[in-house]
Amino acid sequence: MAVLLPDPFEALFRLQQGLDAFRTSDWLQSGPSGAGSYPPLNVFRKDDDFVVIAEVPGINKSALEIEVKGSTLRIAGTKSVNYSEDASLHRRERLAGRFDRAVTLPVVIDADNVRAESRDGILVVLLPRAERDKPKSVRVE
Amino acid sequence: MADQQELTVRDKKELVTKEEKTVPARYYVPNTDIYETPDALTLVMEIPGVEKKDISVELENDRLRVEARIDFSKYEGIEPVYTEYNVGHYARAFTLSNKIDKENISAQVEDGVLTLTLSKVKEAQPRRITIS
Repeated sequence: MAVLLPDPFEALFRLQQGLDAFRTSDWLQSGPSGAGSYPPLNVFRKDDDFVVIAEVPGINKSALEIEVKGSTLRIAGTKSVNYSEDASLHRRERLAGRFDRAVTLPVVIDADNVRAESRDGILVVLLPRAERDKPKSVRVE
Repeated sequence: MADQQELTVRDKKELVTKEEKTVPARYYVPNTDIYETPDALTLVMEIPGVEKKDISVELENDRLRVEARIDFSKYEGIEPVYTEYNVGHYARAFTLSNKIDKENISAQVEDGVLTLTLSKVKEAQPRRITIS
């Protein structure tokens, strides 16, 4: 760690501050399962579209189930933690089990163009806003 | 069965160290399982969002230190609107006993889970003593 590059670390720090600032907001509360359900989600905005990111370490792609309808996104799946038969546990911090979470976003989602990607234990769901839901600009005469 | 229970959310635990960090980023303690089999000790660590190239596992004397860094450039161009967890690097250190064969440590990463297999030295493995 000889060279300190101020810019990239500052970018991360800004992100963390941004994340902290929203921590207490009740943006998703109206959904069927709001805050406090697994997996914890971060929602980002990218122009008109939304990006939902969740940490799902140890969950294989095949164990994830993602559904979109209207403006609701459902993330369900199973997380399993396996050990060999003859193992004795010294420390157990990882949790296993089923999860099923649905969140409602404040926009209508174009369900046909939703993309989901799971890599390195991070699930990224790209939710484009439906064309018919986008605001129309009105020209003042 | 363990598979039947509902998963709950636990807040990430921030790393508290006596040493000062030179970067203004947060470090979290990765959730870790440790289990022992007759021939090895296995550490299973959750480090979601870390690529293989950003993981460092160092062994110095008896201290095994794992550091995993998040590539935050993936978050560029998107603006947080709602959050439930914070993003940061991961770090955790373990002190190994002399029963571990320090030349024989292997690591794999899959789906954000790092598995370290620490083989035991021959003398520490269970063996049957024959009665003459």
